[in-house]
Amino acid sequence: MIHSLFVINHLGDIFLEKHWKSVISRSVCDYFFEAREKAVDPENVPPVLQTPHHYLISIYRGKLFFLSVIQTEVPPLFVIEFLHRVADTFQDYFGECSESVISDNVVIVYELLEEMLDNGFPLATESNVLKEMIRPPNILRSVVNTLTGTTVSAEIQGVIEACVKLSGMPDLTMSFMNPRLLDDVSFHPCVRFRRWESERVLSFIPPDGNFTLMTYHISSQNLVAIPVYVKQSISFFEAGSCGRLDITIGPKQTMGKTVEDLKVTVHMPKAVLNANLTASQGNYTYDFTTKLLVWDIGKLNPQKLPNLRGSLSMQTGVPNPEENPSLNIDLKIQQLAISGLKVSRLDMYGETYKPFKGVKYVTKAGKFQVRT
Amino acid sequence: MTAMQKLLQLPVNAVNMVKTVQSQVQGQEEDKSPVLTPDSGQQAWYSALQPDELRHLRSGGTGGGGGGDQEERAPLEEGGGGGGGGFQTQPLRHDDLKEMLDSNKDSLKLEAMKRIVAMIARGKNASDLFPAVVKNVACKNIEVKKLVYVYLVRYAEEQQDLALLSISTFQRGLKDPNQLIRASALRVLSSIRVTIIVPIMMLAIKEAASDMSPYVRKTAAHAIPKLYSLDPEQKDQLIEVIEKLLADKTTLVAGSVVMAFEEVCPERIDLIHKNYRKLCNLLIDVEEWGQVVIINMLTRYARTQFLNPNINESLLEEGGSGDKTFYGSDEDEDEDEEEKEKKAEAAAMAKRKPYVMDPDHRLLLRNTKPLLQSRNAAVVMAVAQLYFHLAPKAEVGVIAKALVRLLRSHSEVQYVVLQNVATMSIKRRGMFEPYLKSFYIRSTDPTQIKVLKLEVLTNLANETNISTILREFQTYIKSMDKDFVAATIQAIGRCATNISEVRDTCLNGLVQLLSNRDELVVAESVVVIKKLLQMQPEKHSDIIKHMAKLTDNIQVPMARASILWLIGEYCEHVPKIAPDVLRKMAKSFTNEEDIVKLQIINLAAKLYLTNSKQTKLLTQYVLNLAKYDQNYDIRDRARFIRQLIVPTEKSGALSKYAKKLFLALKPAPVLESPFKDRDHFQLGSLSHLLNAKAGGYQELPDWPEAAPDPSVRNVEVPEWTKCSSREKRKEKKVEKPFYTDSEGESGPTESADSESDSASGSESSSGSEESGSGSESEESKEASESEEEEEEEEEEQKKKKKKDLKKPVQESESEQSSEEEERKHQRKSKPRKSESESESDEDEESESESSQSESEDSESEAEVKKKKKTAESKPPPKPLKKESKKEKKEMSLLDLDDFEPAPSPQVTPVNTFLSNSLVTDLEGLSLSDSVLSPATIAPSSALKSYELLHRITGEGLSVEYCFSRQPFSPDANMVAVQMQFTNSASSDTKNLHIEDVKLQSGMRVKEFPEIELLPAGETATAVMGIDFCDSTQAANFQLCTHTRKFFVSIQPPVGELMRPVFLTENEFKKEQGQLMGMNEITEKLTLDVKCRNEHAIVQRVTTAANLSRVPCGSDKECSPPVPPPDYPVHRFAGRTVTSGSLVLVTVATKEEGAAQLTVNCEKMVIGTMLVKDILQALTQ
Repeated sequence: MIHSLFVINHLGDIFLEKHWKSVISRSVCDYFFEAREKAVDPENVPPVLQTPHHYLISIYRGKLFFLSVIQTEVPPLFVIEFLHRVADTFQDYFGECSESVISDNVVIVYELLEEMLDNGFPLATESNVLKEMIRPPNILRSVVNTLTGTTVSAEIQGVIEACVKLSGMPDLTMSFMNPRLLDDVSFHPCVRFRRWESERVLSFIPPDGNFTLMTYHISSQNLVAIPVYVKQSISFFEAGSCGRLDITIGPKQTMGKTVEDLKVTVHMPKAVLNANLTASQGNYTYDFTTKLLVWDIGKLNPQKLPNLRGSLSMQTGVPNPEENPSLNIDLKIQQLAISGLKVSRLDMYGETYKPFKGVKYVTKAGKFQVRT
Repeated sequence: MTAMQKLLQLPVNAVNMVKTVQSQVQGQEEDKSPVLTPDSGQQAWYSALQPDELRHLRSGGTGGGGGGDQEERAPLEEGGGGGGGGFQTQPLRHDDLKEMLDSNKDSLKLEAMKRIVAMIARGKNASDLFPAVVKNVACKNIEVKKLVYVYLVRYAEEQQDLALLSISTFQRGLKDPNQLIRASALRVLSSIRVTIIVPIMMLAIKEAASDMSPYVRKTAAHAIPKLYSLDPEQKDQLIEVIEKLLADKTTLVAGSVVMAFEEVCPERIDLIHKNYRKLCNLLIDVEEWGQVVIINMLTRYARTQFLNPNINESLLEEGGSGDKTFYGSDEDEDEDEEEKEKKAEAAAMAKRKPYVMDPDHRLLLRNTKPLLQSRNAAVVMAVAQLYFHLAPKAEVGVIAKALVRLLRSHSEVQYVVLQNVATMSIKRRGMFEPYLKSFYIRSTDPTQIKVLKLEVLTNLANETNISTILREFQTYIKSMDKDFVAATIQAIGRCATNISEVRDTCLNGLVQLLSNRDELVVAESVVVIKKLLQMQPEKHSDIIKHMAKLTDNIQVPMARASILWLIGEYCEHVPKIAPDVLRKMAKSFTNEEDIVKLQIINLAAKLYLTNSKQTKLLTQYVLNLAKYDQNYDIRDRARFIRQLIVPTEKSGALSKYAKKLFLALKPAPVLESPFKDRDHFQLGSLSHLLNAKAGGYQELPDWPEAAPDPSVRNVEVPEWTKCSSREKRKEKKVEKPFYTDSEGESGPTESADSESDSASGSESSSGSEESGSGSESEESKEASESEEEEEEEEEEQKKKKKKDLKKPVQESESEQSSEEEERKHQRKSKPRKSESESESDEDEESESESSQSESEDSESEAEVKKKKKTAESKPPPKPLKKESKKEKKEMSLLDLDDFEPAPSPQVTPVNTFLSNSLVTDLEGLSLSDSVLSPATIAPSSALKSYELLHRITGEGLSVEYCFSRQPFSPDANMVAVQMQFTNSASSDTKNLHIEDVKLQSGMRVKEFPEIELLPAGETATAVMGIDFCDSTQAANFQLCTHTRKFFVSIQPPVGELMRPVFLTENEFKKEQGQLMGMNEITEKLTLDVKCRNEHAIVQRVTTAANLSRVPCGSDKECSPPVPPPDYPVHRFAGRTVTSGSLVLVTVATKEEGAAQLTVNCEKMVIGTMLVKDILQALTQ
């Protein structure tokens, strides 16, 4: 199974290593660095690499590579899923998963890794179990004391995140007003499959703390009501090596709720040197090394539609890009699940006290891309 | 102990001295140490020492320290000398750390250990601290101890002798009353890679394997592969331990021991037999990682033990050629019999031995299916590969949705899943077609994902969807990612070769790309166009001309070479241009790349042969240039060609055939997916992903030709499992004090147990109890029914057992009996089989059940059909007697599959019908209680299929439908009707669709999407929705094929007009109170003898109507327990589909099978009809 783990930052420094069997020299990572060089973006590094004596399986999370070394046959997803679980655990323990936080808490990290794998085989990966063995550092973290439903749009895909702080062995049953909407679901292991199959209710004894109770997908037959519309025109002129950009965003079907955290990201073609724009609302930034134009709008005001316009300066002598870049839009709508999924009730059995219950719906844009 | 101190102390001193002096000698960087204040008196003292004196000191230390020190010095010096710059800053720090470790304060020790662990984590060498650290192995402070363990495991291998000093501590730990300490002692002990302690490890593992704590047993399982890798000699003894642990009944151990099995003795498949059913049943409650390992192992197991469920299909496909079709032939054949006869015989064999899935095979498929819903991608993938490799063709489809779900996960997960989907989509294209859009590419996808999605899209392309796919491809070509564009062009080329309809469209599109600004795009297009043109060159001479012009501009060597090859190959189509191109090329020859040069030579040769007049001189010139080329390949080629084509006196016979050699018709290239045939690797494996065998990969065996003896999986039921579960509980209670004792101080262990508890979804019992008994049924606990009820059930089980004890005898007899008898028996066993299946299925989700029964039906249908075919087409080669028998059997099969149109509940719990193996299975496992125990959950039972169109009236097309009880997503007010079309005619059926729907007012129908093609012998399913408006009026419509129209109608039983709702008991009573008077119908009845237990009642009611069970006693605190437990009241609730009116059903049982049925419903008609149906269900 998993032989060793190296955590590598974006500069290519190995700042953490852990071996579960005999020690493997870090020079094995050279094969990885080679592949990393070849791939322009860190996302493009193949997750599975073959070297003469080992196999390297890596994930890229939060600007860090988690690189595991494998010696024999093992399902690659097994390793990938585990590495993500490791990153999730760090996130859970320290609030974020970054180099600085891992270095600061290196002993806890090491103890965690020790508990999570034994001889390369996963031992304890549940957050609540780990927390009983290894105490997380005291970091103030925002805790939402609710059952939260987040819905992600386009093809609607959502998760139900739970934060449970109940003592004893409460047996919870959660039912929906309209479970038929759900097309495809996957559960936290605490959920009883059979109960769902027969009654369409979620019956479970929750672990303590934050966890993802369920992820779901709404069947594509149901039309997705996209909450905003975008009017854009991006053009590049052959003469004068400049271009023009004009983007307006307006509300479409928001069911009376405000669209928040609106953000437009444009990955500009290489030839675009700089952008000279004016935004009627919010701020924009253009990073000329990564060619990323980010327009942070904030709340969408339906009376005065946000607009971003201006000129783009282009590199001279380079042919104009033939294709216009696509726009990626992020947004959030509080108190609305665009899928229409509604939690009907949450009952508790097995304990006698009265729990506090709450539910919060949020709609977020997932991968909302406007092809231009 | 004194010896240990002696060993420890002296080397420590020696190390201190050596290290410090070295640091002094090597550099003055100690100021950088973040730990220590640099002013230490000791240092001054040491620095005064000369190297000579130092050597003296060291040897003195060695003398006192004995052997231990010798070992330790080597790495030390290595570290000091070779450690490099980073290391030189360490020694001072090390000194200080040692001091801290030697102190009496735990806080100082802890601080030191934390710093040491941080060093290890950063990959810095801390091996010289070994002696100082190892002393603390017996430290009382648990925090320090944990970190010492971490250190020990990391460095023990390098300092074996010193590591030995810690062993006794662990040996003591193994005897500790606290299970956590026992487990962790074993964990560390087994992680120390020191060969000398192998016997100690072996002993420890053996002891731990029979430990009473399942957590310790789990640790023992983990230790097995560690020991094995340390000393493979121990294999035989380890296998014994594995065998013992495999028999363990706790979910905690199952995953780990199977992992050990896979690493130590994957070839000992025989060890699995007796544990197979248990593993299947435990699977859902095992932790995620264990599930993956178990599922992968069981896939391999099933491949060795069961028959290929698709055997009949492959039989038909192969047409009985070769002896492959003969499996288990029991007749003597004359050698000189003709091949045709053989074929007939083979078909007859298949007929006589229809494929019946082994119940154990079914068990595996059924128990893994819910795991498709797991949050863990690896588990989902494991189930998916199991279905792909093991399930009947018709059932594999269920995995598609789950795999598509994984595509929304992290990109690394997507990468692996897409690799597997790419392989699957070649064999089972239909499975992923509905999800075509999920494979569309986003501009933000990483390149490797884009390329894989392209691969899948290409595999999925067919006549119907190619236009959509090509439109999508068109957008991709504009992408900024050039690698991806190149891959897209390749994909277009593959679509064009595979689908002849679009070949011209694709070609035109590619030709347009030739004027693209990007040279790479053009080059890639040229290469692909070349391949396409090879298929039909005569039609496209203008394209060749166009490409000839491109030679002026295109610089990419591969593209230039391709164009030259094309012109040479088809020079007859472009007689005027070809010589001109050669002229230009001759001019630039010296500057070309090697592959281009070779093609220039080729072009020259071909032109010389066809048009020597114009090109003779040019060719000579080119060959002369090539003669002096730097590359020997090119020189060789020139020499070879000159000899062949230029006639000289010496030229041999070959030159006569030069034209034939060069201008032979070349076969068009086949553009194949790189994923073709990759499924000989087990899907989901690393080897599959790499398309190469990884170390330790276990081959997926081929299906056996004849099934090995299935009885090896029968578990002998030892006396104690037969004792009532109450007795078992008592046993447990005896054990319990042990656990509670040891658990007193062991938080983590307890949590590990309880974690598995909560994760497994079973309820409320304490961790130790759960793991002790291993497999208490979760359902029975959930129901929390009284002891009496339990007893009742136990009695029933006993009865069942008795009945079954008789059966095996029967069966073995029949096996020995004559062929004819066997056939009779088979006829009998057929119904029994299906009965038993549905019996065991009770608690399963309705979906799997329906698919299962469907597939069975379709299988037997196919069987019948096959028989018919051969019977019709061939004169029977065997005596008529037999044939008539076959006919008879066919009739009986038909009878079985005949579906009554009226909804009458199935008579299921006929215990005698349970197959032998299944019952022993159920008894061998205490877990299987759950299958039979009364449940809070309404067990949705077998779905009834109805016939819509008979095979004969449908002229070979038969249609069945069932009410799938699934929500019909396009319209919630509709009832989903699942239809299964079977085309048993000899020709394809096309354009299956619905027309001319005649409905009562208010009713609506959502038609299924047209089925464009149903090949002969295939089956297809479709789902349509019907809004019956809460009435049992039939929906009439015409079912049309491309040739015929059939009038058909679907009339729902009243029980299908509702959907289950979840109500609590109190809610139920409240609602019932509001539906009194006219809305309440009460009927008295006497329950059928077989239907007097809770389970049977629930099962029959939920079969008759789509209702869900109202959990009883879930809110007992609020309502006084009115009904005496002996006579429970069962409540069911639902809502009508269209109007959403509540439907409440109450069955109150009384003495001697008397009962009262009450239905409360606002819609009186529905209520009345429902009463009738349920009454019938309960009394028959």
